[in-house]
Amino acid sequence: MDTIQKMLLEQVADLHAIPEGAYNIRTNGESTARNSTEHIEIVSKSEVSGIDIKIKPGTKNESVHIPVVLSQSGMEEMVYNDFYIGDDCDVTIIAGCGIHNEGDSDSRHDGIHRFFIGRNAHVKYIEKHYGSGDGRGGRIMNPQTEVELGEGSLAEMEMVQIKGVDSTVRTTKASLSEGAKLVVTERLMTHGEQKAESQFDVNLDGEDSSANIISRAVARDRSVQIFKSVINGNAKCSGHTECDAIIMDNANISAIPEITANNPDAALIHEAAIGKIAGEQIIKLMTLGLTEKEAEEEIVNGFLK
Amino acid sequence: MLELKNVSFEVPEEGMEKEIIKNISFVIPEGKFTVITGPNGGGKSTLAKLIAGIQKPTSGQILLNGQDITGLDITERARRGISYAFQQPVRFKGVTVLDLIRLAKGENISISGACEYLSQVGLCAKDYISREVNASLSGGELKRIEIATVLARGTKLSVFDEPEAGIDLWSFQNLIQVFENMHREVHGSILIISHQERILNIADEILVITDGEVTSHGPKDEILPKLLGSSSAVNICDGRK
Repeated sequence: MDTIQKMLLEQVADLHAIPEGAYNIRTNGESTARNSTEHIEIVSKSEVSGIDIKIKPGTKNESVHIPVVLSQSGMEEMVYNDFYIGDDCDVTIIAGCGIHNEGDSDSRHDGIHRFFIGRNAHVKYIEKHYGSGDGRGGRIMNPQTEVELGEGSLAEMEMVQIKGVDSTVRTTKASLSEGAKLVVTERLMTHGEQKAESQFDVNLDGEDSSANIISRAVARDRSVQIFKSVINGNAKCSGHTECDAIIMDNANISAIPEITANNPDAALIHEAAIGKIAGEQIIKLMTLGLTEKEAEEEIVNGFLK
Repeated sequence: MLELKNVSFEVPEEGMEKEIIKNISFVIPEGKFTVITGPNGGGKSTLAKLIAGIQKPTSGQILLNGQDITGLDITERARRGISYAFQQPVRFKGVTVLDLIRLAKGENISISGACEYLSQVGLCAKDYISREVNASLSGGELKRIEIATVLARGTKLSVFDEPEAGIDLWSFQNLIQVFENMHREVHGSILIISHQERILNIADEILVITDGEVTSHGPKDEILPKLLGSSSAVNICDGRK
């Protein structure tokens, strides 16, 4: 692995060395390192590009790293990863994709992640996207995530895209059984001419299921963001979606929350706010000795933390 | 030492220039605890903002230790040793109490170091240090965190705009102790805008501003009895709006 690939790996998965536990590292379209463990098995798909990750019931406190790095300009790929998480598991999955493009052709990673989460299992999923390189070719990522939550299960998903991705369309679909809970925290920053679209589609099918979709976004320069969040309450359930965005420079942001109750005991809330950094926040930090620009950086960093 | 020389501040109102501060001159001596008081709407908060650089005077000069700072912006004045506590503290999503104290201190101080400033303002530090400075905190809590940021800076001049507003009675004695300690330890000048008799009572000097002008300025022992003896003192001293 060269230094650029190592840098990407560090950015998207905080990895400085080969991780502990199960992992699959995908580099320029090939699986370049893989490890299965006693409880977590990773196997390649035969008909399409991608892997199946099978986690045995009752697996506790184990982690799976599945980072993807693309450093070859013009590389385009479509990857299917399926996660089968057994009943009563408690696991952490760290995904992430880094694209370094120094050429003139677009580099593109489209990934479809499907999660089948067993009863009473707890999954923590962390996904970071990052782009680098000075090439005129785009750094494009289109992740699709589909989640089926079994009875009493909990999925906490943290999705982060802070820098360098030119174009992204992210779709996340989830259906929840009785007592299941989904918590999604999305943090997004766009700059330059970037475009980012994020669409959530959540079906609260089971009694006492709940979902909380939280997005914090910052759009700078001339970038464009669209956030759509659809929650359908099909049973006695609770759902909350919140989009909080800071707009800067000449950027453009749309927030489109949509909640539908198909059951009288569905309690659904949506909140969306877009605004620039409050002037008094900048003034407060300036009274502490920061310049206007430093103050702005601190406010944005805190907001996206 | 802070000196204001013939400072005026005007704002446009209905096509006219309205004078909020009218040709004010005074000196805040080094190491003194000065309280500015006076009726609401008299220009006290504007004066504090002029000193911190949040507003620029229409005319006149502001000098800090003999140097003209009139043209300096907020950041420059902060770096030269002016701190300013807001009357209504600002909220930040995502920025924690620890972040804010570190920014105030200008260095990455330890958590226990940051906690000391919170303890000084009567907050149980471990409950607050990692909380976000957002709407989940009450007005009184935000106010005390605001004061803690000024304590962390430890500058030569600290300006507090009505620190007692939004603080409950129970915490008030503690607040007075905070100011007494600052007076003892920081060896800088403290300038407080206040209506509270108990704050006026710990002042070295009192400056009364009415309708944009200094109507009296002198040692506490001289000014306070006059204020308490006047009919307007009732309003000034019990904080009645």
